Amino acid sequence: MKYGLLLHIARSLMLARFKQTMVAAVGVTFSITMFIALLGFMNGLNQMLDGLVLNRTPHIRFYNEIKPNPDQPIDQSEKYKDYANTIRSIKPNSSRLRIYNSSAIIQTLKEDPRVLGVAAKVSTQVFFNVGSSDITGTVSGIEVEAENALFAFSDYVTAGTPMDLTQTNNSIILGKGAAERMLAEIGDVIQATTSRGDRVQLKVVGYYQSGLGELDNIQSYASLQTVQKMLGEPPSYITDIQVKLHELDLAPSMANDYAALFKINADDIQTVNAQFETGTEIRNLISYAVGITLLIVSGFGIYNILNMMIYEKMDTIAILKAIGFSGRDVNIIFINIALIIGIAGGTLGLVLGYFAGVGIDQLPFETEALPTIKTFPVDFNPRYYLIGGIFSLVTTYFAGYFPAKKASGVDPVDIIRGK
Amino acid sequence: MNDRTVLEAQNIDKYFYSPVKTQVLKKISFSINRGDFVSVMGKSGCGKSTLLYILSTMDTSYQGKLLIDQEIITGKPAGYLSRIRNEKIGFVFQFHYLLTEFSVLENVMVPGLKLGKLNREQLEEKAMEKLRIFGMEEHALKKANQLSGGQKQRVAIARALINDPLIIMGDEPSGNLDKKNSDIVFGIFKELATDFNQTLLIVTHDPEFAEKTDRTIVMEDGRILS
Repeated sequence: MKYGLLLHIARSLMLARFKQTMVAAVGVTFSITMFIALLGFMNGLNQMLDGLVLNRTPHIRFYNEIKPNPDQPIDQSEKYKDYANTIRSIKPNSSRLRIYNSSAIIQTLKEDPRVLGVAAKVSTQVFFNVGSSDITGTVSGIEVEAENALFAFSDYVTAGTPMDLTQTNNSIILGKGAAERMLAEIGDVIQATTSRGDRVQLKVVGYYQSGLGELDNIQSYASLQTVQKMLGEPPSYITDIQVKLHELDLAPSMANDYAALFKINADDIQTVNAQFETGTEIRNLISYAVGITLLIVSGFGIYNILNMMIYEKMDTIAILKAIGFSGRDVNIIFINIALIIGIAGGTLGLVLGYFAGVGIDQLPFETEALPTIKTFPVDFNPRYYLIGGIFSLVTTYFAGYFPAKKASGVDPVDIIRGK
Repeated sequence: MNDRTVLEAQNIDKYFYSPVKTQVLKKISFSINRGDFVSVMGKSGCGKSTLLYILSTMDTSYQGKLLIDQEIITGKPAGYLSRIRNEKIGFVFQFHYLLTEFSVLENVMVPGLKLGKLNREQLEEKAMEKLRIFGMEEHALKKANQLSGGQKQRVAIARALINDPLIIMGDEPSGNLDKKNSDIVFGIFKELATDFNQTLLIVTHDPEFAEKTDRTIVMEDGRILS
């Protein structure tokens, strides 16, 4: 109906005060640009930092722990089982680290629809013999392909290729720190002593660097078969089963269920890495708070400019009312001005924000600790664009609401008589 | 036809409350028939402008009754009053009051666009026609603030006419103009009254102007004297 006319009037009013309108729109553009760039950058960093730990952490890890048996023989006895038995100095029995019936467990897990993938692992302590001194280390025997698929193993292999582990017998990928201490080059053969006292020769085929220095000093990788052979154990010997789920949130309850079913220990990611989620949440909160503050400040800018416009355009408002525009029409005109500023400024802001993100993404960011990162990480999640867009409309609407209300309440008689 | 009442005031009282309560209009009653060319005259401060604002529905705080087109207007909601103003009343002010953001042609068209009875092309034609009556057609595409005072007032009258209103009200429309332009404006009003049978109600303090109208309502101290 007459909405087109109101829009036309709004446009003419804005064009008559083009500079002011531009200033208001630029304010919105700037704040939306900063909002998008800031959130993208902050969350890119967040995700990278979380990824450092979370990518490599299984959602559920099954293992056997060496600990005293809670069911001591006296509790089994018919005669004394109802007594309060006190036994001192209990020692753990020579229980096995190996997971009993591991292939059946893996089979069961693989059939669970909630499970994304399963990777078996054998962990063992070794001494690397360098001249007369020994360096302690941990060698994990892994299923290279599964480890790659589930835990992005190859991202952290900085030299050599992970698949060499399966193709070369008795090969090892050394932790960067360990390799530096041993002065081991790729192709060198190093000597290690297992916990049972056996000596093995291992060929270095690559370096592993996680970015966590402490880990890189001790952690090395070999294939599952190599480690089983080092330990003199059969191919069914598995000490860890790592599980990745489709839904991270299911981990605690599934860990409990399967721990009871298989009668082994199970750790879920939430329990192990609770502090990471807290950190992420707080960082998110801060970036949203800063972004929204920017938008509110630009909202005040629009409010100011509209208020000034209304004082300047009192005559126009009075005239419009005198010739038959209602208060509601005048209100719509000024709300329209605010929304046009919001939409134009906001859209431009979203585009510029995207380009700012692309720009930041190009900046080099190389650090020893983070081998996989070459440039600053930026998250281009459409959610930030949606929030930025909606919020720019909401703030400009409210910035326009009060001036528009004032304009709609202008009494034309006061203005016309006042001259 | 000529006897039809288009505007009627019944016992209108009006008070100003600040700084002290003063009665500015006292029991104002009169009526205007179609085709009348009426002037309201009185000294400054006698309440004639106040009366005009009440009659034009812009001022709603009064006692008494106002009828436009034989319909009681008093107490109607603001939206309805806006429509009445748009459709039935053409207003000409002392200070021209054109929308400076728009061209002359658009200024004339705006009330018509608001009414929405005709489409843009038809309105444009009609607006040009009105401008032609006042010899303003060559200025149609100029901005309103590029015109002289007399020209602005002619455009304002053209705007008042665009919706073929029941009545045109003027608040000292020639008060801010020199003699020559004032005469032109009066000539236009006279022409409207005689040639187009347009009803006019003009407030003025210029006795010369008032003399030439069909009927003069003289006010003093909030009362109608004659």
